[in-house]
Amino acid sequence: MIEPLLEALQFEFMQHALLAGILVSFAAGIIGSLIVVNRMVFLAGGIAHTSYGGIGLAVYFGLPIFLGASIFAVGAALLIAALTLKKRHRMDTFIGLIWAVGMAIGVIFVDLTPGYNVDLMSYLFGSILAVSTQDLYFMAGLLVLILIVVTLRYRDILAVSYDSEYASLRGVNVRFFYTLILILSALTVVIAIKVVGLILVIAMLTIPVYIAEKLSSSLFSMMFLSGAIATLFTLVGLWLSYTYDLTSGASIIMVSAVSLGLFLLFTHKKI
Amino acid sequence: MPIIEIHNLSFAYESQVVLENINLQVEEKDFLAIIGPNGGGKSTLLKLMLGINEYQEGTIKVLGNAPKKSLSHIGYVPQNTNVNTDFPIKVIEVVMMGHVDGKRPLFGYGKDEMLCASGALAQVGMADFAQTKIGSLSGGQRQRVMIARALCAHPRILILDEPTSSIDITGQREIYELLRELNKHITIIVVSHDISVILEYANKAAHVNKTLSYHDISDKKSTFHQHGNNEHFCEIELLQMLGSDNCDTCEDTNPKWSLKP
Repeated sequence: MIEPLLEALQFEFMQHALLAGILVSFAAGIIGSLIVVNRMVFLAGGIAHTSYGGIGLAVYFGLPIFLGASIFAVGAALLIAALTLKKRHRMDTFIGLIWAVGMAIGVIFVDLTPGYNVDLMSYLFGSILAVSTQDLYFMAGLLVLILIVVTLRYRDILAVSYDSEYASLRGVNVRFFYTLILILSALTVVIAIKVVGLILVIAMLTIPVYIAEKLSSSLFSMMFLSGAIATLFTLVGLWLSYTYDLTSGASIIMVSAVSLGLFLLFTHKKI
Repeated sequence: MPIIEIHNLSFAYESQVVLENINLQVEEKDFLAIIGPNGGGKSTLLKLMLGINEYQEGTIKVLGNAPKKSLSHIGYVPQNTNVNTDFPIKVIEVVMMGHVDGKRPLFGYGKDEMLCASGALAQVGMADFAQTKIGSLSGGQRQRVMIARALCAHPRILILDEPTSSIDITGQREIYELLRELNKHITIIVVSHDISVILEYANKAAHVNKTLSYHDISDKKSTFHQHGNNEHFCEIELLQMLGSDNCDTCEDTNPKWSLKP
């Protein structure tokens, strides 16, 4: 069982896949923790789908996909931040709107691109076996940025996430950190598109976090435990996907979901 | 000089007037109870004192300045400390949020901050719980932690919004005993529904229902003791006593606390 995997690891695309899986899982674990404790899961889902608009634009204008998707996703994050900070009670409406419109823009621009038949499925469900060296640099760069932000500004992020009203009374710039968390979420979603695809990314941002939350007594340990758990799920999912010739993104998510079920069953934790 | 001065304050959410022509003076080391019906504007008044809401008319001075400028002297304990109990955070981390932004280390917390926070926890009798996850505490314990968080900044005024709304009777009494102790050094302002408990501990009361009527109740203590220890007053009696609208046993400024059995 292990031998064919070791054989496979001699291929460059497999090494890239493995590395991408680890980098993205760690980023997703850390940012997913922030998304979950700030109750932004639906919001992150909206940004994920919106980023397809950026993919469409990138294809049409011949830009690198990561660049197009990043700009579009960050734009969507800024728009959502501006709208939801003003009218919190309309948040779900705005998210639903941005969610669908972003995807529609993507589909239209792909239609408009002459002679280009883009593989929509690879963006929706991931294409981890097609990670380029450039992609890896982008992923590693983002992970480093996330690590710097969460270590240096941990107190502010913790204060804003736990009790934003109190944080603002103590002089923390709540708007800034709320927007920052959204921008980092947008960028994490973009790198996760390669690994699990933009539809499945939401599970990667929540399932490991959910398990880690039950086992952690601080946000800091939750972030890193989530990262470790997500990495484990990704590696097991990749191995299954390779061995049984299954779609990698879906395999990773199913490994996560089954593990969550087993975790809840054996630890008797309340949902 | 009064520690908080409010003059002719009015506040409206869009077109709905919530507070009208409010006048209030809080003196150093007062224990002020703000009571009144739901939706009467009690919490709004607190938020105005904290500078969370902007008022349209009148003035508020906290320690002689605009509320936002005096925030470092105000400790605030918000309502609903039972939300977000799943959040993975230790008691000591919650308390340390009370520190005002200032000089601080590149990563983590300073030693002085740690000491100050554990001191605040000891003050509220929660020192043993510093490393406990906040979600596993009871409502009363959690409320103490929130008070410790507010004390962390060494405030001169402590403002609490419904501090005992989700705590059992014993827990409520403990919280008020703690507040009485803190009141020796700090001015305390409490919004509460629980009139009878509040009146036992407060020396001033303000009844807020769009307008505010103010009462010095420091001379009522003797009356309370006649009524028996630990015994709650009939709320209707108390409301009659404090509500200026239908109060015929007392004048507005100098109430006589005559209670019929």
